[in-house]
Amino acid sequence: MSGYSVFALVRNALSYHENWQRAWRSPDPKPEYDILVIGGGGHGLATAYYLAKEHGINNVAVLEKGWLGGGNTGRNTTIVRSNYLWDESAAIYEHSLKLWEGLSQELNFNVMFSQRGVMNLAHNLHDWRELSRRVHANRLHGIDSEILNARQVKAEAPILNVSQDSRYPIIGASMQRRAGTARHDAVAWGYARAADARGVDIIQNCEVTGFAIDNGKVAGVETTRGRINAGRIGVVVAGHSSVLAEMAGFRMPVESNPLQALVSDPIKPVLDCVVMSSAVHVYVSQSDRGEFVIGAGSDSHVSYSQRGSFDIIQGIMGALCELVPMVSRLKLMRQWGGIVDVTPDRSPIIGRTPVEGLFINCAWGTGGFKSTPGSGHAFAATLAAGEPNEVAGPFSLDRFRTGFLIDEAGAAAVAH
Amino acid sequence: MFLIGCPWCGPRSQQEFHCHGEAHIARPKDPDAVSDAEWAEYVFNRSNTKGVLYERWVHSHGCRRWFNVARDTVSDRILAVYRMGERRPKVTP
Repeated sequence: MSGYSVFALVRNALSYHENWQRAWRSPDPKPEYDILVIGGGGHGLATAYYLAKEHGINNVAVLEKGWLGGGNTGRNTTIVRSNYLWDESAAIYEHSLKLWEGLSQELNFNVMFSQRGVMNLAHNLHDWRELSRRVHANRLHGIDSEILNARQVKAEAPILNVSQDSRYPIIGASMQRRAGTARHDAVAWGYARAADARGVDIIQNCEVTGFAIDNGKVAGVETTRGRINAGRIGVVVAGHSSVLAEMAGFRMPVESNPLQALVSDPIKPVLDCVVMSSAVHVYVSQSDRGEFVIGAGSDSHVSYSQRGSFDIIQGIMGALCELVPMVSRLKLMRQWGGIVDVTPDRSPIIGRTPVEGLFINCAWGTGGFKSTPGSGHAFAATLAAGEPNEVAGPFSLDRFRTGFLIDEAGAAAVAH
Repeated sequence: MFLIGCPWCGPRSQQEFHCHGEAHIARPKDPDAVSDAEWAEYVFNRSNTKGVLYERWVHSHGCRRWFNVARDTVSDRILAVYRMGERRPKVTP
């Protein structure tokens, strides 16, 4: 496969851009693979890529029921950060952030990772204390994090309303400057192209309909494109994790909720960092095209419809108009929903399942995009060795039995 | 956005309600005799059904009473509303 470069651009310009190679092949599934990855979103493709690159296992197929990155990978608000409270979370999200920092070069694909900084606002004394605690915990982990007062917040983002008379007065914020945003489609495409170049088969429009399980050990999958055998299978299907688990005969501590996001019409650059507020449930950034990308909260009911409730939008826009008054003049262009799989402790599950040879990587909840490289990296190591590595270890499914929960629900509150 | 037929107040906007997850989860009768795995099953594991799910709602900003709903989680259509203590009705999506 020829790499992307300025020379490739010039060379292809001479032939009127008619000879660009396809970014990845579209092979028919082989009857057997060493490892199958179910789910062709960012996490699944990253898993396949690191399996080939770090572990030299390239007899791998990624099975995707629709098209690449058509699920939550293309439905998030593209925020990348690692300022989590607990040791286990900080380890995996920081691992991920470090991979983000070299990702475009590594994949030879511009994922437009922009370290523009993420601010988490504090609106009351409780927020302030929690946020200070988190900043200090982050710094002990070697994760960059700093505290800003209201004046500094205003200097970073002049469009914010920092008046103490406002409904949500801003008394300060935490800032992680290495955090930022990335282009979500490009992440899926970049991993797909790089994995394909290393021999991974990416099979789209191939839905898994059942598992072949022999004496408690997985032997393959039934799909809409026939039976495919593999002794080791990784399930990376986000909102549909419970559905796949049911096919394999076990239950999960997961519920799938709709999570919505919205985009405004494009305007000139006015916001050069990401602003998040857990207390009022808002997160907003401005895309390179000039649109405001706004994340809303998730609904509390289970749904697979990829549609959320209107009152969630109403709630978030009301709060946003208070925080950023100029937003009231914008029009919203698009609104959509994704299905996020959430655990009771709001931490992911990576590792073994009750079925031997069947592994799962799921429950990234409302914060899956940022963890794409780290999640793929850790899950590839888990699949290759047949047991979780150091980073993945604490996130086992078994923690709900042992009680060793990783309670980011309390730590990171709602906004991920 | 759902229009939910509260058994006491009639059809009202979803905004007035809160969903409290899966219904018909029975607490183990003898807590001392329950293993860790059985506790995990009771406390954490959920059906999370793609299809007909039986769930609990409370009319928080209304009569404040609880009831059960059978809803198709694919179409989000509410198929039946029934009171606490009643058997789950058989419904087809």
